[in-house]
Amino acid sequence: MTMPTTTDAGMDAGREPLASPLPPPSPEPRPPVEAVGPAIRVRGLRKAFGDVTVLDGVDLDVAAGHVHALLGPNGAGKTTLVRILATLLRADAGEATVAGHDLARAPGRVREVISLTGQHAAVDELLTGEENLWLAARLFRLPRAVARRRVAQLVESFDLAGFSRRLVKTYSGGQRRRLDLAVGLVSDPEVIFLDEPTTGLDPRSRQGVWDVIARLADGGATVLLTTQYLEEADQLADLVSVLDGGRIVAEGTPAALKARLGAERAELTFPDDATYARAVATLRAAVPTQPTPAPPAIPPSPATAASPPAPDADGTAATEAGLAPAASPGAGDVTAAGAGGVDADPVARRVGVPTDGTAAALRRLLDDLDGRGIEVARVELRVPTLDDVFLALTAGSASRKESR
Amino acid sequence: MTTAAAPSGAPAGPAKPIGEAGRPPVAARRARSGGGTPAMIGRSLRRLPRQPDTVIISVALPVMLLLLFVYVFGGALDAAGGRTAYLTYVVPGIIVLASGWGAASTAVAVAADMTNGIIDRFRSMPVRAPAVLTGHVAASLAANAVATALVIGIALGLGFRPDAGVGGWFAAIGVVAFYVLAITWVSVALGLLAGSPDAANGMTFFILFLPYVSSGFVATDTMPGALRAFADHQPLTPVIDTVRGLLVGGGADGSDLAAALVWCAGILLVGYTASAVIYRRRSAR
Ligand SMILES: Nc1ncnc2c1ncn2[C@@H]1O[C@H](COP(=O)(O)OP(=O)(O)OP(=O)(O)O)[C@@H](O)[C@H]1O
Ligand SMILES: [Mg+2]
Repeated sequence: MTMPTTTDAGMDAGREPLASPLPPPSPEPRPPVEAVGPAIRVRGLRKAFGDVTVLDGVDLDVAAGHVHALLGPNGAGKTTLVRILATLLRADAGEATVAGHDLARAPGRVREVISLTGQHAAVDELLTGEENLWLAARLFRLPRAVARRRVAQLVESFDLAGFSRRLVKTYSGGQRRRLDLAVGLVSDPEVIFLDEPTTGLDPRSRQGVWDVIARLADGGATVLLTTQYLEEADQLADLVSVLDGGRIVAEGTPAALKARLGAERAELTFPDDATYARAVATLRAAVPTQPTPAPPAIPPSPATAASPPAPDADGTAATEAGLAPAASPGAGDVTAAGAGGVDADPVARRVGVPTDGTAAALRRLLDDLDGRGIEVARVELRVPTLDDVFLALTAGSASRKESR
Repeated sequence: MTTAAAPSGAPAGPAKPIGEAGRPPVAARRARSGGGTPAMIGRSLRRLPRQPDTVIISVALPVMLLLLFVYVFGGALDAAGGRTAYLTYVVPGIIVLASGWGAASTAVAVAADMTNGIIDRFRSMPVRAPAVLTGHVAASLAANAVATALVIGIALGLGFRPDAGVGGWFAAIGVVAFYVLAITWVSVALGLLAGSPDAANGMTFFILFLPYVSSGFVATDTMPGALRAFADHQPLTPVIDTVRGLLVGGGADGSDLAAALVWCAGILLVGYTASAVIYRRRSAR
């Protein structure tokens, strides 16, 4: 199976990505889906296990060269969707193409261009790290010289050198995870599925994996990753889709999604009850009250939602999306902070208002209060936890399930 | 099912990402899909010596059993002929018994693969579907070859004197290998069926037990009626009798040989078919 050396050399000549699989990160925004075409295209995908419907008509487009994050609560069907796209499960209905190959008609073609790194590490415990990498290289039938270079590169990129010649069963969880990711990249795949790639990693390893994923996409690969961490989606993803109740319930850039939730809140504490009362009145008048966060009405329409933000700052993109209501002149500066409601806590004399978190917005908010003679004792910026985001985005799913 | 990659150019697909020089077409980046069996066999062979319990069960235990039968039971079981006579009688039984153990550990290895997630990675690769199973079967054959050689070597040292010629040896090895192949595929099916390695271990119990109720250790006509009927008609008796005939009996009995081959072929067919069906079932849900 070893190929003639001349062929090796000839094939190697045009192998830019193999020679350097991880080009330096580029700050450029990636071209939109219309420009490059979808690397993953999913229409009306359905899957039920027995009488439990897990996917109930999923539509998804992932542009070639993009990183797309799939977010959703436990049991939402993220793994199921990824397994279907990686040819491991058959969908009950609907269609999907991966890198232009139809999933149902040409699964063999799909397997040639994808790699899957599942939720649980899929490496051979009784082989060493390097042997695992070599096994993948041989299974993909990489020419020996290419395989050797590739294995060496991956050992370096994933910082495996310290333990790559030890049996995997002696590895720590994080080491195993890194090897697992490296094995998934041996074939230089065009489309990469990562199911919770950083679960169980320490912050440094997580950052390392994030760097690798970002560089993969910069090298032209398409990445679909599932995650429980909004921060991860935020760091990596060009677009985020939220899967819940078997459907994509929201889709957009991380910034847009967060902005739609009024993601960040400024919490203002006031020195005394009188000031607090005036502040509550002023802020309530300026920001429309929403006692409970309603699920955001973001239609999962790929055509509109899939377009990336304007290349300027995230905050601007969110504002341009019409998220911040245009305000009446007097209270304009306060409302410009963002969407959402005002919550007030009389005991702590604290008022929370939505904000986009920019210094400018905060300054306007404080200046505005100052101009009215309302003294602010403390300001805190609070980013909602992932729980908040899930609860808000998936608020409908509980009631839907009840009524089923 | 898997198809060869297009010889030149990228398959009809999305426009290549812009920026840089673009990625080279898939066909140029890697060879065509399918196959993968040699790599899987290599994998399973590498794993073999790294599993202490498997090494003990499939290599050390047969040797211990040989010594146990010859020195502890040998005198009592066949006082007339003495130890050497019993040694001559029992070696084929030990060889077949050891084969069963080696094969049974395949079930555990297959079950482990099916439950720990690595199977998903293999199945998402352009690899011939059951290559991973073939790898385990090859490893089982290799392990059994080592165990059998060891048992025969020690038996020779203890005074085992087969009268077989080269042809007889080849025929005996062929019959044992055929039996191992058949029973290993049954183990593969059991491993696929089991939900966990532990369950797989339990399910192979009968493979380990069968040799005792055969002509392996005592002649079947010393057994009580029902047991004897079973022993006479179970597959291991013709297999063991054939091997015994070939090695020390001056040639195999024709009907034993035929029965052994038919049994092994039948077991192989059932084991292989069941494995293929269960593998596909478990994969394509
Ligand atoms: N083989 C199966 N048989 C029956 N039910 C299944 C099967 N696989 C998944 N499910 C069910 O499908 C639902 C979705 O599972 P899935 O693993 O896709 O969720 P997930 O979004 O990946 O969750 P998590 O965040 O916990 O990983 C769950 O309710 C799960 O119990
Ligand atoms: Mg999951």
